[in-house]
Amino acid sequence: MTAPKSLLTIDPHTRKRHAAERRFRRYGLAGIVISVAALALLLVSILHNGTSAFRQSYLTITLELPAEILDPTGARDRDAMARVTTLTYGPLLEQGLADTAGDLGLETGLSPRDMRQLISRQAAADLRYMVLDRPELVGTTIEFRALASGRIDGFLKGRVSRDSAERDGNISPEALDLAAQLAKAGRLGLRWNWAFITAPDASDQRPEAAGLGVAILGSVYMMLVVLVLALPLGTMASIYLEEFARKNRLTDLIEVNISNLAAVPSIVYGILGLAIFINFAGFNQSSPLVGGLVLTLMTLPRIIIPARAALKSVPPSIRDAALGVGASKMQSVLHHVLPLAMPGILTGVIIGLAQALGETAPLLLIGMVAFVRDYPAAWTPDSGLFGEASTALPVQVYNWTQRADPAFAERAMGTIIVLLALLLVVNAAAIILRRRFERRW
Amino acid sequence: MTDFKITARNVQVHYGTNHAIKDVNVDIADKTVTAFIGPSGCGKSTFLRCINRMNDTIDVCKVSGTITLDGEDIYDPRVDPVQLRAKVGMVFQKPNPFPKSIHDNVAYGPRIHGLARNRADMDEIVERALRRAAIWDEVKDRLSEPGTGLSGGQQQRLCIARAIATEPEVLLMDEPCSALDPIATAQVEELIDELRRSYSVVIVTHSMQQAARVSQNTAFFHLGSLVEFGETGQIFTNPVDPRTESYISGRIG
Ligand SMILES: Nc1ncnc2c1ncn2[C@@H]1O[C@H](COP(=O)(O)OP(=O)(O)O)[C@@H](O)[C@H]1O
Ligand SMILES: [Mg+2]
Repeated sequence: MTAPKSLLTIDPHTRKRHAAERRFRRYGLAGIVISVAALALLLVSILHNGTSAFRQSYLTITLELPAEILDPTGARDRDAMARVTTLTYGPLLEQGLADTAGDLGLETGLSPRDMRQLISRQAAADLRYMVLDRPELVGTTIEFRALASGRIDGFLKGRVSRDSAERDGNISPEALDLAAQLAKAGRLGLRWNWAFITAPDASDQRPEAAGLGVAILGSVYMMLVVLVLALPLGTMASIYLEEFARKNRLTDLIEVNISNLAAVPSIVYGILGLAIFINFAGFNQSSPLVGGLVLTLMTLPRIIIPARAALKSVPPSIRDAALGVGASKMQSVLHHVLPLAMPGILTGVIIGLAQALGETAPLLLIGMVAFVRDYPAAWTPDSGLFGEASTALPVQVYNWTQRADPAFAERAMGTIIVLLALLLVVNAAAIILRRRFERRW
Repeated sequence: MTDFKITARNVQVHYGTNHAIKDVNVDIADKTVTAFIGPSGCGKSTFLRCINRMNDTIDVCKVSGTITLDGEDIYDPRVDPVQLRAKVGMVFQKPNPFPKSIHDNVAYGPRIHGLARNRADMDEIVERALRRAAIWDEVKDRLSEPGTGLSGGQQQRLCIARAIATEPEVLLMDEPCSALDPIATAQVEELIDELRRSYSVVIVTHSMQQAARVSQNTAFFHLGSLVEFGETGQIFTNPVDPRTESYISGRIG
């Protein structure tokens, strides 16, 4: 095969090379298209199934607050009124809803007792707190916005229908008919639900009241622990290994170990944390402190490896330049090498932090899967720093997907959205920080 | 012996098992330019780096023998290499300005050695160093711009300015012109001749013309040994050793 003499004709060999190049480009493009499509599918499905968790059904009930029942002493004294329990408030709400429906002229075959199917068990407690906070309301008639029950919420969101209600008997079809009429009358509807983000978890019977408050606090506390421990420790360890340590058997061994630790399944760190921090050191079970420490252990090697790579990528000529004008080793590292490596180090830290934020398995082992109703305090004299029991966002996802009521599945999806939003914030912070540190060479 | 700025006696350098410098003795006079020439890999850079102990930063590198600066042994355990390097400045083969402003590049050395009492002092030091490095006129209007944005020749002169800003007594230059074009090279050579008035300059070069142009004394290295050392004119016109003769006439290297 001889090449044609003229430049105006393309010889077969060149044509073949061009074809190979075009093929290669197409493979690459196909790969990108597939991954973008998968990502889009994931996002769409999460957003589709999860956004409804941020909206919740509320009933607007016209309600009498009879003084003789709610404040037997008549003194409007908070402590005395507190003796009236939610068991008393529940029937008030039921009667109120029945009256409201009656006033609207709605035909129902339901007794006031049956109204409880429409109202969340949380509503009585909410009403009680409202009355205790504002005793002047006693004896008046108010418009109360009551949380609707999970089935009614499901009905409005299309999860529950008359047919499914007939089949599973979780709620009577008549109650759904009433709900439809109430919705038409503007007495029942979906509204934005801050409680999903701020409220603590709720029991199996009250999915409509369950929120992420405790889980978000727990996750934030743990991220603080990880950031405060892993960033300086990881950076210092990598500076030491990269800039100061002599290359010998021992440092080789350490290097191999760090690489291996980065690949150890995270649940192993959970076992380690259980043994060291809870059984040996005696820290509180389920506490963000232990969770944070375990995640720090897990994250450290994942920070050290990219940090060392970032330090290694700083040209040696910069170190020579600094040493050449009489800087000490420490000065050459702190003044010149570290600032140049900082963007890379930060990228590693953020990726490590993001992984830690989404980590579930080790937290299950140290008991962070417990049902926690009380917001964990950052510090108490008894439990110390971050010592109060808590859960975490990914564990909450796991936890809610385990429960029977499909209303929890919706909330699990909503939790994933919150988790992704948090990750987005963390990543944005990383990008901003990196921009600030980035230098032209 | 004390009339020389630097003296080296029986200097041996090993990189692990590689014997890079073999028994070198040399005397370097003050206020002169001494050139190290020789084929590549013969140990010129290695020996140069012994003089400011930059070899300390290489784990496998072992130096023995004595090198004195003003009669004091620089490998004495009491000597702090950081202090030594403030007295013996260095300019590297590839221009390596810090990724900082031109001003900060020059000010860095004086700052860490505490040579300036205040900002005006520092500005004066920076200006003086840049003037002596013959680059002041080119950069005086953009001192706050990054030093890395300069051309290669300007960067190298900036590095020279950075080295002389700390007021060293000896200036070591490792092939300072090898990355520069002929015009920049001429500028740097002119500068070296100028610097000779205040410093003892040691320059490594693989260009014999350059050695002939800028130096008063020349040392010829071959395979780790110092083959011949003497006045530049004598080395180039009338070398004693046959190896020097063949290198200069282009038969080795
Ligand atoms: N950092 C180093 N580690 C190991 N060996 C080195 C190192 N630097 C130089 N050498 C070796 O030392 C010898 C002399 O090198 P060098 O001083 O750079 O020569 P020159 O500058 O004359 O070209 C060479 O054999 C080289 O391989
Ligand atoms: Mg060299």
